[in-house]
Amino acid sequence: MNVVIYNNNNRCLVELHGELDHHNASCARMNIDMAIDSKCPSELYMDFSGVTFMDSSGIGLVMGRYRMLHEYGGTLYIANCSPSISRVMHISGMNKLATFINGDIRGKYFSGLNDMKGETTDEKIRQDIK
Amino acid sequence: MKRSDRILNEVKLAFPSRSENESFARMAISGFVSQLDPQIDELSDIKTAVSEAVTNCIVHGYKNTLGIVSLTARLLVGNEVYIKITDKGCGIEDIEAAMTPLYTSAPDQDRAGLGFTIMESFMDSLSVKSKPGKGTSVTMRKKLTTRKASDENRRKA
Repeated sequence: MNVVIYNNNNRCLVELHGELDHHNASCARMNIDMAIDSKCPSELYMDFSGVTFMDSSGIGLVMGRYRMLHEYGGTLYIANCSPSISRVMHISGMNKLATFINGDIRGKYFSGLNDMKGETTDEKIRQDIK
Repeated sequence: MKRSDRILNEVKLAFPSRSENESFARMAISGFVSQLDPQIDELSDIKTAVSEAVTNCIVHGYKNTLGIVSLTARLLVGNEVYIKITDKGCGIEDIEAAMTPLYTSAPDQDRAGLGFTIMESFMDSLSVKSKPGKGTSVTMRKKLTTRKASDENRRKA
């Protein structure tokens, strides 16, 4: 599983790629938690467009991050779930806790930052998880 | 298995309870069930249910130890899939509690407590047998829509 994290001021984007099961969830969790702990983003976007499979371990991952954000008043956005991932998300009732959105999140909130005056990408972490 | 069940094909797998084997079990079941030419969402339901059952064996049945997870899959006459997943781990004290949505015995590990709920809703039937100290076996069945039937439905719609 491959996790790419982008930070832009108070926004944080986590792009997940690959199969999100129990084996992969712990590595993904470690990396996401590092970003949350260091930045305390007010908006966390989790982009599932690259996720080819997800079971309840993915729900555990999302729920745990929701609790972390909720503690300090942050908002969780879940983006671009495939129909099968949506089914798993709905069984868990995640749709009541997080905001589900579709679209190009990176393009909308995290790119072209160099062209914007006074706003720069303060960090871009790329991590390959084996 | 019911007495009236007729087996078209069968596969048996046994593998150690390493978490790497979760994806192996999914790939194996998906390859085997493909013989019945399932719909994409049916195949994804079966893969998810198997993933949940195998993960339960690894995370709960054998906890921090290594044991053998056994998987038996059968294709039955009438486009039905039968899957049995067994471990010889710690077993479940209270099956009813374990099957309650959002119940988990490992909340510290970010487990959602939805494994059985997902197996139940993604498959047609689920039965769980367990003896504390002896192990747990999970049996699931799912009837697939035949391509022919679904083509007819499409034509009607």
